[in-house]
Amino acid sequence: MNCRRPAVVLCVALLLPSAAGAQADVVLRWGGDAEGGAPYVEADPTDPSRVVGFDVEVAELLASALGRTPQFVQVGFTSIDAEAARRDFDIGLSGIEDSPARRARLAITLPYYEFREVLTVRAADANKYRSLADLRGHRVATLGATLAYDLLAASQARDGIIPVTYEDDVHPYSDLLLGRVDAVVLDAILANRGVRRNAGLVNQPSTLAVGHYVGILAADQTALRDRMNDVLRNAMRDGRLEAIFKRWNVWNQDQPRLYARVLGDASPYPVAASSLAASSDAARAMSESRTWQAAARYFPALLRAAVITIVLSCLSMGLAVVVGALIASGRVYGSAPLRLVLTSYVEIVRGTPLLLQLFVLYFGLAAVIQLPAFVAALIGLGLNYAAYESEIYRGALEAVPVGQLDAARTLGFSERQILRLIRAPQAFRLALAPMTNDFVALLKDSSLVSVITVVELTKQTSIFASNIGSWVVPGLMCAGMYLAMSLPLARVARRIERGWRHA
Amino acid sequence: MTVLDVRSLEVRRGARTIVSAVSFAAARGEIVALMGASGAGKSTILRAMAGLDPLSAGTISLPRPVAMVFQFHHLFANMTAHQNVWLALVHVFKRPHAESERRAQELLDALGVGHRATALPHELSGGEAQRVAIARALAIEPPVLLMDEPTASLDPARRGDLAATLRRLAAEGRTIIVATHDADFAGACAHRVLHVADGTIIPG
Repeated sequence: MNCRRPAVVLCVALLLPSAAGAQADVVLRWGGDAEGGAPYVEADPTDPSRVVGFDVEVAELLASALGRTPQFVQVGFTSIDAEAARRDFDIGLSGIEDSPARRARLAITLPYYEFREVLTVRAADANKYRSLADLRGHRVATLGATLAYDLLAASQARDGIIPVTYEDDVHPYSDLLLGRVDAVVLDAILANRGVRRNAGLVNQPSTLAVGHYVGILAADQTALRDRMNDVLRNAMRDGRLEAIFKRWNVWNQDQPRLYARVLGDASPYPVAASSLAASSDAARAMSESRTWQAAARYFPALLRAAVITIVLSCLSMGLAVVVGALIASGRVYGSAPLRLVLTSYVEIVRGTPLLLQLFVLYFGLAAVIQLPAFVAALIGLGLNYAAYESEIYRGALEAVPVGQLDAARTLGFSERQILRLIRAPQAFRLALAPMTNDFVALLKDSSLVSVITVVELTKQTSIFASNIGSWVVPGLMCAGMYLAMSLPLARVARRIERGWRHA
Repeated sequence: MTVLDVRSLEVRRGARTIVSAVSFAAARGEIVALMGASGAGKSTILRAMAGLDPLSAGTISLPRPVAMVFQFHHLFANMTAHQNVWLALVHVFKRPHAESERRAQELLDALGVGHRATALPHELSGGEAQRVAIARALAIEPPVLLMDEPTASLDPARRGDLAATLRRLAAEGRTIIVATHDADFAGACAHRVLHVADGTIIPG
């Protein structure tokens, strides 16, 4: 791809605010996620302040035909719909899939690219796993909130596969190679890139579903959308779109057939959103007149995810309490070198983000030890919170009056007995309130483990929300479930404390 | 009969000498008062005898176990008065539970706080807490009892009671060393008074 042309687009952060205000009419603000990478949108390797990719060139095409200057706005892929609805940019372009939910909530452009969903497996399994039906009881990876995810959700019900969602399109393939999952379903562009980067993987020839990339605009922007549709039709006719896709090596014979159908139908929706659309969850969700019906359908899945959250939180807290108590004892009673080691551990763990620690545990260590996702999540949360717990316990141990310890020594107790009978019980009372606080915090921090493919309550809610295209009902249900878990906990802690006061 | 012998005791904390050249002895059944202003070094002498502070020089010979009653009692805050007394019997001296609890109750009764057995330390008055602390110290049957400022939390009437109690305990054969700044109390209970100033015993 040495013919790649750096787009003349600067990150919005580099523009002077005054200039942005003055150019409001002549600028076309378009949103995309540069983390998604080539060939869609990625930071130019030779100049990271610019972005390159076929979506970048589609944005340039639209802007120049409308007489505007394209201006890139970086957005997270998962929040791109919400930001389009809020008009944070004029149009979103980032390999965004057409779907019934998007059609219902946003104004979407004509489809400008057709893709196929394909199954990727390890070369050794090529004869064993030819289709999703061969993967009963096996873990199959994909990106959350995509057509591929809908496909896997349907296959979960039909074939008994286990869908595993990732936040990015690189780790599904590296984890497939490691054996953490047994197949990946994603669109052919991503699948071809995954196979190119990971020797030992192959794409199965059959097509699991067909979908389309579209641009998304706020629902009231139909006039601008219609002008953009005219631009796209012209670019299909005169070969400018073809040139872009050829430049990025993603042109194939599906595209002229798509263009023929689009050009032969003047309506805004000349083709179905996807081959799944008629039967997909999303389609059913949209056909239902009331969101609460969708909520009732999602309730069991949310409940299951809530169980994952509470089980993970309880086990992690258990680990944190045990390890935290050991660290605290070591820091109070240990030798100077031991204290130094433990203090360093606490400072390093507290001083770096939990998210980074989870990435390192799950992906970073994968070459050495392949922890299952749940185990990595448990260890990551447990060891992180152990650092905080140890500080609470250390403070609590040191708050027990020294005089009581001296009194115990004169009576002949060993230091170990003093800790067990006198110091630790009193320290535990002092530590209970901050521990309760930490447990509630951990319950919520457990949502971070979705980055290493554990589907807990927040992740399930986000899948639910993107499928029905709204956060209101899913958000309320999710909040209700978190409160249902954390409020009783605070109550139990208060009851224990009251019990002590009256003991 | 001398049971307790302190010779040329010196205690330093860092570069500071807290106590030096302290020598004295005590006989079985004797009450010795260490009299002096606060900061004179009385408590440090007691702590060294109890094994809580290391000696920089000198020797201390006395029969073990040594029990100590602290100025602020230092009862175990997470336990009842009764538990405070029997805990060491069970866990240090490995006596049977039932026997230890019975002995603890006898001691509390003898000191007039038997009715407070189930109270937690923070529910006790200063005088009650002190008597529980004495019971806790006596439970391990120490030949030597050390007391640090025992009158600090007592009203004058209670001071008289305490003096009588110490006399009774000494009559049973215990040697008692009392650190106090209260001359009346020292006069009322001690067989012998030693004056402490600037970290040493001065001829009185």
